[in-house]
Amino acid sequence: MNSSNSRNVGIVIVSHSPKIAEGAADMVRQMVGNVVPLAWTGGDVDGGLGTNVAGILEAIETAWSPAGVAVLVDLGGAETNSEMAVEMLPEDRRARVVVCNAPVVEGAVIAATESSGGSSLAAVKRSAEEFYA
Amino acid sequence: MHDAHASRAGETSVPLTASAVLVNPVGLHARPSVKLTQCAKGFAAKIEFALAADGPWTDAKSPVKVMRVKAPQGATLHFRVTGPDAEAALAATLALVHDGFGEA
Repeated sequence: MNSSNSRNVGIVIVSHSPKIAEGAADMVRQMVGNVVPLAWTGGDVDGGLGTNVAGILEAIETAWSPAGVAVLVDLGGAETNSEMAVEMLPEDRRARVVVCNAPVVEGAVIAATESSGGSSLAAVKRSAEEFYA
Repeated sequence: MHDAHASRAGETSVPLTASAVLVNPVGLHARPSVKLTQCAKGFAAKIEFALAADGPWTDAKSPVKVMRVKAPQGATLHFRVTGPDAEAALAATLALVHDGFGEA
């Protein structure tokens, strides 16, 4: 879990596997740099494969930016738990967090690239989702 | 390596054009694509590039579109730049290509 002081859109990576989440975050850091707030979470509360809402909430907090946060997820539960985490956020933050319909690794790199140029949350989401377009 | 003098227009509405050869061994793969889009995003100008002088043109500010071009080493990147800071934008993008995106 790592972050950076920035007003750029934050990126959160959520995978069932903490290794995938951490690895994807490493790729973002190495390819895009440190100008984007970034956090990752993976695994269930017992340390097995899965995701958990508390971990996602913590990651959103870590990567928080006034410009908002884009969440990249892998499969099923990662998406539903991320949506649940968004619903549990304070109302003023809820509208500034989006879950992207994009592949987790590629989407994270693209979203971070877009964010590093100072793009809006909507533009970051759109760019990440271009992978499925 | 590049011909920045190819077209120099006084009017900002007329695109500035120039080309540069991709020198880095792996071509325009993921990392250079990210660097090109980051560089392009630093300018207000509309920055496009193509593998041929007559297009099809790709928005240099779109990381996904830039990666999709899959430009290989040795390919010539033709740039077409329009906007108030077009000259600086063109110089910066050409420099990036010329330097092999810091890889070569």
